[in-house]
Amino acid sequence: MSFTRRFAIATGVAAGMAASLMGSTALAQDNVRIALVAKSLGNGFFEAAARGAEEAAEEVGNAEIIYTGPTSTTAEGQIEVINSLIAQRVDAIAISANDPDAVVPALQKAMQRGITVISWDSGVAPEGREMHLAPSSDELIGQTIIKLAADQLPDGGKVAVLSATSTSTNQNTWIEEMKSVMDQYPDIELVATVYGDDLADKSYRETQGLLQTYPDLDAIIAPTSVGIVAAAQAVQDAGKVGEVNVTGLGLPSEMAGAVESGASKSFAIWNPVDLGYSTAMLAYNLATDQAEAEPGAEISMGRMGTATLDDTNTAAMSEPFTYDSSNIDEFKDIF
Amino acid sequence: MIGQALKSREAILAGALILLIIVVESRFSGFAAPGNLAGVFNDTSILIMLALGQTLVILTRCIDLSLASNLALTGMVTAMINSAMPGVPVVALIAIAVALGLLMGAFNGILVWKLDIPPIVVTLGTLTIYRGIIFVVSGGAWVNSHEMSEAYKAIPRFEILSLPVLSWIAIAVIAAFAVGVNRTALGRAFYAVGGNPSAAVYTGINVGKTRFWAFVIAGGLAGLCGYLWVSRYAVAYTDVAGGFELDVVAACVIGGISIAGGLGTVTGAVLGALFLGTIKNALPVVGISPFWQLAISGAAIIIAVAFNARSEHGKGRIILKKAEAHS
Repeated sequence: MSFTRRFAIATGVAAGMAASLMGSTALAQDNVRIALVAKSLGNGFFEAAARGAEEAAEEVGNAEIIYTGPTSTTAEGQIEVINSLIAQRVDAIAISANDPDAVVPALQKAMQRGITVISWDSGVAPEGREMHLAPSSDELIGQTIIKLAADQLPDGGKVAVLSATSTSTNQNTWIEEMKSVMDQYPDIELVATVYGDDLADKSYRETQGLLQTYPDLDAIIAPTSVGIVAAAQAVQDAGKVGEVNVTGLGLPSEMAGAVESGASKSFAIWNPVDLGYSTAMLAYNLATDQAEAEPGAEISMGRMGTATLDDTNTAAMSEPFTYDSSNIDEFKDIF
Repeated sequence: MIGQALKSREAILAGALILLIIVVESRFSGFAAPGNLAGVFNDTSILIMLALGQTLVILTRCIDLSLASNLALTGMVTAMINSAMPGVPVVALIAIAVALGLLMGAFNGILVWKLDIPPIVVTLGTLTIYRGIIFVVSGGAWVNSHEMSEAYKAIPRFEILSLPVLSWIAIAVIAAFAVGVNRTALGRAFYAVGGNPSAAVYTGINVGKTRFWAFVIAGGLAGLCGYLWVSRYAVAYTDVAGGFELDVVAACVIGGISIAGGLGTVTGAVLGALFLGTIKNALPVVGISPFWQLAISGAAIIIAVAFNARSEHGKGRIILKKAEAHS
């Protein structure tokens, strides 16, 4: 990890030195320099994204990744970083914004200088970027969470949803999307939706309630990181590991214990490595004019397929990445 | 004597609790089974202990809103020590938790005692301060179950006579309170200070110091509960027990601890916490729409308080009549 980060910084420093020493020599012109701007440095999620971007750079051959970002998650810090990137005359800036509006003026300045600007993970307002790459779409998340439960239940069964608050917009959208594809799984019955309010104790109690009310429950889907951890703990404490599978959306570092105990067979979240890779690919294709960001455009993301832009030039990368006992150890220390 | 006991607040509350359990049982068979009720008691243990601590504070005409933040901070600190140094024995961690809780309670107490700041202001401030310190020490990161040692997670779950240690700790605390509040000078001083502070001063009781001790004891309990909470749910994050301080106050109010101070019993606080805990455990299983649940628990609190207010009122009149009759 720290080696990777040091490597990324070293690459960035070397690139900066090369540019200042040689000015606009052939080497600097040959390489497409893509700046990957994180919300803050020292966050495992972004370190992993940077590794993915490096992978993309190696694949295309003539690209160079400058992984950078402020030390704390502030918009001010990102503006400083953007200004210094403009001064370095990078070819593309890909940013995960701390604030969708505050960074717009700085990014507009970059675009006026001919720099390709895209946002990823956390978006920038449309006027401040050419396109935005969202990690996933509501539709894909809804499809994924029911598939995770169904994959473990070849003969069908009863599932329940443990959500956050009853008013949470993204939770409700995901649950609606999930219900809209339930007819693909005729043997799976959704018996209840309960709300744990993203509080560990309430989620735990709601899970206990589900286990009591539906003694033959087969799976609990919790599309919230607090809920999924609490549900897994409650299932474990009730001695129902193996009978009730807890799945949904969670972070590998938080779910490692549940996967180890068997309370959760698998769960999903977007893969930061893939996200960094796709972002670098898109930035490269836009910066080299191999593609243009406009509604309806289809832009290649290398091994991740193509991104299709909607009316606001936003694209979704892929369905969330699934984690289980085979890969949890690899990711639990990353994010 | 027996008639009086039956009319008491505690008897009414106990009756309401039994009625509640019967109603839930009629809708969800198996709720009143001994095993399930033991589970409800275990789940309510932390609320009971905090409500007892809060009872002392309220008896002295104060209020402590920082208990949940205190709990969350001590929980986070013990979890971080455990994950960084798994070799530290859990007994030492519990001692650290209690000590840290006592310290935070003492900080509240000093501000109330020496600077004479209203307790609601002091603890509203420390509520945010203690919660803020969690962000500082943890950097916003979680401590997850796989980072905690097995021993750390096992203690509250370990069963003695088929009851988890968490329940036994709560029973021990209830017993200690029953003796301490009714049979020690300090215990009686809490009532005296809340009942009539001026009179308490004339009997030689230091009002500020008594309040200080109430805050310290409540803080120590919150510290102990901090370890128990984090170990039970096997996760420590910045928002642990968010909003729980209001549950604790609600449990006291339901239990008939008078917010005006000087009135209330250990039994009342325990029953109040159990009543709230039973509702919390019953709502998920009786199949009431989650949209109604908040409103229902709120209504239960108001009804309980209305009952208390009525019984308090009646009692006052009876005393006057007796006094009239004697004269």
